[in-house]
Amino acid sequence: MKALRRLSVALAGLMLTTGLSLAADAAKPTDPQIAHIAYTADNIDIAAAKLALETSKNKAVQDFAKDMVRDHEAVNKQALALAAKLKIKPEDNPTSEALLKQADATRAHLATLKGAAFDKAYADNEVAYHHAVNTALETTLIPAAQNAELKDLLTTGLKIFKGHEEHARMVAGELK
Amino acid sequence: MTGGGGRRWACVALALAGVLLLPAMAAAETITVQVAKLTFVPASVTAKVGDTIEWVNDDFVAHTATAADKSFDVSLAPGKTGSVVVKRAGEIAYSCRFHPMMKGTIEVTE
Repeated sequence: MKALRRLSVALAGLMLTTGLSLAADAAKPTDPQIAHIAYTADNIDIAAAKLALETSKNKAVQDFAKDMVRDHEAVNKQALALAAKLKIKPEDNPTSEALLKQADATRAHLATLKGAAFDKAYADNEVAYHHAVNTALETTLIPAAQNAELKDLLTTGLKIFKGHEEHARMVAGELK
Repeated sequence: MTGGGGRRWACVALALAGVLLLPAMAAAETITVQVAKLTFVPASVTAKVGDTIEWVNDDFVAHTATAADKSFDVSLAPGKTGSVVVKRAGEIAYSCRFHPMMKGTIEVTE
């Protein structure tokens, strides 16, 4: 669970939260837990994008945020359909809870910012967040997934999110 | 029908054949690129001026085929196709605006 620990450490650092208990140290996650973590991670990024759409006046940031809403909603739709098909009931778990707690802290911080400061903080957070999630997917969640179709969807998701990470780097780079 | 009439018909027939054949000889082709699992397949294609490049998006997320030289920007909704006619010789590099690591090239010859 090193990757999940790193994910949380990265997010914690980013979101200036402390005293985080990282629950992912337990045994490797089960498929219902993986489904829940993936769905939660998706929804966190959708919420961040919606905040950017409300706050930012920068076209590159707006375009990027729209891409995030569209892609992550598409991934969620696939994930829910697959969970229904496989009769996997996404199961809440400490990693999902930690992700949400950190996302709340990030959101609270972003909500205090406006204009260029918001744009930069949002874009930098998107780079770090996607990087952390991608690392967790690559080193922990995908290897742990038992069902082949779930593993396949996570693998496609990883490719999509790597695209987002690169796109976010480009947007963040332009804001400098 | 007189001989003159026959010749006239022959002329018409030849003219028609010319009209029909000429474009047929220069017939533009359609080159298909599959877009699957965040990859353009094949990543590299060759085409002649006037050919159509068609992208078929098999993914469940939207993509674009966007030329580096800005000569085209084709939207590829999930499960849909999009196309462009290449009009100039040369190598065109393109990528997906949403997932910039998706890259392809079209080598266009006269």
